[in-house]
Amino acid sequence: MARDSGVVGWGAYIPRYRVKMEEIARVWGWEPSVPKGLGVVEKAIAGPDEDSLTMGYEAALNAIRRAGIDPSEIKAVFFGSESKPYAVKPAATIIAEALGITPETMASDLEFACRAGSEGLRAALGLVEAGYMKYALAIGSDTAQANPGNVLEFTASSGAAAFVAGPASESVAVLEGVYTYVTDTPDFWRGAHSKYPLHGEGFTGEPAYFAHIIGAVKGLMEQLGLRPEDFDYAIFHQPNGKFPLRVGARLGIPREKILPGLVTPVIGNTYNGSALIGFARVLDQAKPGQRILVAPFGSGAGSDAYSFVVTDRIEERRDKAPSVDTYIERKKYVDYALYAKMRGIIERIYE
Amino acid sequence: MPITISPARVWRERIPRYRLVGKRCKKCGRIIYPPRPACPACGSRDLEDVELPRTGTVETYTIIYTVMDGFRDKAPLPIAVVRLDNGARVLAPLTDIDTEEIRTGIRVEAVLRRMKRDGEHGLIAYGIAFRPVLYEQRKQ
Repeated sequence: MARDSGVVGWGAYIPRYRVKMEEIARVWGWEPSVPKGLGVVEKAIAGPDEDSLTMGYEAALNAIRRAGIDPSEIKAVFFGSESKPYAVKPAATIIAEALGITPETMASDLEFACRAGSEGLRAALGLVEAGYMKYALAIGSDTAQANPGNVLEFTASSGAAAFVAGPASESVAVLEGVYTYVTDTPDFWRGAHSKYPLHGEGFTGEPAYFAHIIGAVKGLMEQLGLRPEDFDYAIFHQPNGKFPLRVGARLGIPREKILPGLVTPVIGNTYNGSALIGFARVLDQAKPGQRILVAPFGSGAGSDAYSFVVTDRIEERRDKAPSVDTYIERKKYVDYALYAKMRGIIERIYE
Repeated sequence: MPITISPARVWRERIPRYRLVGKRCKKCGRIIYPPRPACPACGSRDLEDVELPRTGTVETYTIIYTVMDGFRDKAPLPIAVVRLDNGARVLAPLTDIDTEEIRTGIRVEAVLRRMKRDGEHGLIAYGIAFRPVLYEQRKQ
């Protein structure tokens, strides 16, 4: 039932710096049980010389190293982010230039809250299948913003993932099917000139995250004639450590299939990186023949549910780039003051 | 809002700065980074582009505390001479490292980072910095 496209190479990036939940709670006077309730212990912070572009670049470099291809064979670069370095000027062209993909390529930045990178992946796979190109690159990357003191600040973190889409015959994970489910749902937004997003409190759960992921996954299973037990791994968007397990329980997917791709407890919610870094971590360990369910979600709102089947090629490509765990283990803790400086939370005149 | 980072310069230098592309002198073999019109060793203008290896060793370094305008958020700023694995020398910032961890002889690899930002409104210049090698870290 496999389609004629898949993931040829995968890569991730997580910055070095971490801030602990209790440090954020200390500064803003939160009751200590609040971060515990989110199921997150610490989050990753981009350093002072990093942004969504530099992180996305390194994730893409890792994906290309695993794919083992000449970058000039890539004919599309999609960069999904809600923390673009420029409001107007594509990050995709800078990344494409730095990777040696230019000039014969499509390149654009996509926005759909945390789901833009996934839309890029779907477009990349589609362009390959349609025969327009052999390889396409999809990147999800964010230095996630949250209003300091808001509960969202506990989880909003930094990280990236990237995938080279290519023909099924070269793939480490062949696409079986994908189902996208979107509606107009005002659960989370950021105004054109706002520095930080706002969210509709209780609106973010039931009518947004759960309704869309469940809609997409059920649609996919119906389309492919699959049942929850047919999947060996499931990766859902992970705004906190609890929602992915809860949505899995409602879909009949046990926690042991979700935990290998659940990275938010130790790096936070990397927005466009979130489910895609989880997918990368699963590819770091999956065995040939295993079936993977990937369901990113973005506010506004929508979810894509993908089914991939792992091929024999995965073993030989695994060690060509650092694993997700290599980045997770590389860490240096910073206090709130350094974190605030690194993330531009301290207001100052630029000089 | 005056522009202090020249768009023409960012554009002209993008390949050497993003991809670590230097020049090799066809006459004497010297490798030059950043690229120049003539070889500093023999004066020849017969040079060709060469993509340099991304890993090397810190040969010497300094740590700048009184930083240039626009670099306060990166202070203290370590700058190193890195001897790349093909013998070429590159002057570049070190990143993802604490000042007390910096030593001559440590293994480093090239990464793309934000070098300079032209205030709130101008261009962002990206370029190569070096960080401790990830894989070798994992093997220790």
